[in-house]
Amino acid sequence: MKVFRALLLPALLILLAEIGARLSGPSDAIAPPSAIAVALVGALADGSLLADTRDTLVSAFGGLALGAALGFVLGLLLGAAPTLDKLFELTIEVLRPIPSVAVIPVALVALGFGYRLEISIVAFACVWPLLVLTRAAVRSVEPRLIEVARALKLSPYDRIAKIVAPASLPRVFVAFRLAAGVSLVVAVTVEIAVNPSGLGNGVMTAGQALRPDLMLAYLVWIGLVGYALNASLVLAQARLFGRAAQAEAAR
Amino acid sequence: MKAIAWRLASVAVLAGLIGLWALVANYKLVSPVFLPTPARAWTALWNGLLHKDLAAKLMGTIGHMLGGWVVASIVGVALGALIGSSKAAREYIGPTLEFLRPLPASAVIPVAIALFGLSTKMALGVIGFGAIWPMLLSTLHGFAATEPRLGEVSQALGLSWFSRIWKISLPSATPDILAGLRLGLTVALILAVVCEMIGGLDGLGQYVLLAARAYRSADIFAGVILLGLVGVVANAALSAIEARALRWRAR
Repeated sequence: MKVFRALLLPALLILLAEIGARLSGPSDAIAPPSAIAVALVGALADGSLLADTRDTLVSAFGGLALGAALGFVLGLLLGAAPTLDKLFELTIEVLRPIPSVAVIPVALVALGFGYRLEISIVAFACVWPLLVLTRAAVRSVEPRLIEVARALKLSPYDRIAKIVAPASLPRVFVAFRLAAGVSLVVAVTVEIAVNPSGLGNGVMTAGQALRPDLMLAYLVWIGLVGYALNASLVLAQARLFGRAAQAEAAR
Repeated sequence: MKAIAWRLASVAVLAGLIGLWALVANYKLVSPVFLPTPARAWTALWNGLLHKDLAAKLMGTIGHMLGGWVVASIVGVALGALIGSSKAAREYIGPTLEFLRPLPASAVIPVAIALFGLSTKMALGVIGFGAIWPMLLSTLHGFAATEPRLGEVSQALGLSWFSRIWKISLPSATPDILAGLRLGLTVALILAVVCEMIGGLDGLGQYVLLAARAYRSADIFAGVILLGLVGVVANAALSAIEARALRWRAR
């Protein structure tokens, strides 16, 4: 019953789109869903869609790994050392609001087109969620655990590696999930704006070739990839952290 | 006193980092083609604002951002309120919205170009489409999470549907709505820049991309500084509104 309710609206919309597109005749922007499905299957069969997906995901995951690692380490440092945090407060306040796409021209001049351009911009965008949320997670680590670390006379390194990092991990994973969503969005955006590769470029090219069916097929595929990425991370979160993750999500 | 001292120290750190940038650029450790000195970036900024059309580009970007954001806010909050206040509507429409949410908004740019051409209308459509999701979903969540007992109170008082929304649900959803508005404004700025880059619309996005094509690194940095400033000001303005509107919560 629940599934039926969830699927009713999309089914109706697809039906309406089919009728509407067929009645309005050929167009440069709209295609009937049946034609989109045919184009999607065609692009999947000739491998072009999968090659573009690979290009986009390589850039997105590369940038995510780089940016998330950097953000995590910085967040740990700033969360564990309040002095450092206060010293770099203004610097972060100044850098963080710069929209990620504004970095495109800077990176374009320095790196030229290609994976490196995309990876560096995705990394810039992914640093912030990890940094901010890791810092908050480290600060809110149960004070008694810190007392335990003190009682055990752990070195600062051991205190972070054995107590603080594991205790903040469930919240850090939530930040990672956010950043993963950001990485795909930024990768596609960079491809649409400047970089001639990947899914973003695929939509752009199909649009310029006046193939609305292929363009919308790419759009649907990008939506599916985004959905699958998010769904698999939600699943991983539930598997890895179980009830801890649910408690974090409720917070 | 202490807070002011830390703030000063934090200013000093930022000044030190800018000094480091000046050193690196002055000694040409990085080619001046990629990295201008801070002085050159500063000169390019003032020169652009006073003698060239940088101020007009800045206004263009702010106009696109705010235009799309205002439309998205009104539609998003209204739709979110309608869907959120009805359980049936949530069950039928909610899953579709959740599926559409992770779709990178920039991926609809080619579709918008095919529909509207390279026009301001295209930019407003894309920005509106992208910025509507955070507002729609957070408003929906805010309305859905209204304390059930308050609903019972409104029933006992015999409130009309409209006054129940206006007097009970809306105030209780305000924190969520404000969070959505803030997130939406960030998205709107990013999409405004991307649309200007692709569509050649008057704005900072087009300015920095043209500067990148001509390898004028000082002009790129001037544009990026302005974009960061727009982000800071927009965020600060919404934080101030949030603090005012939510004063009742602190008590």
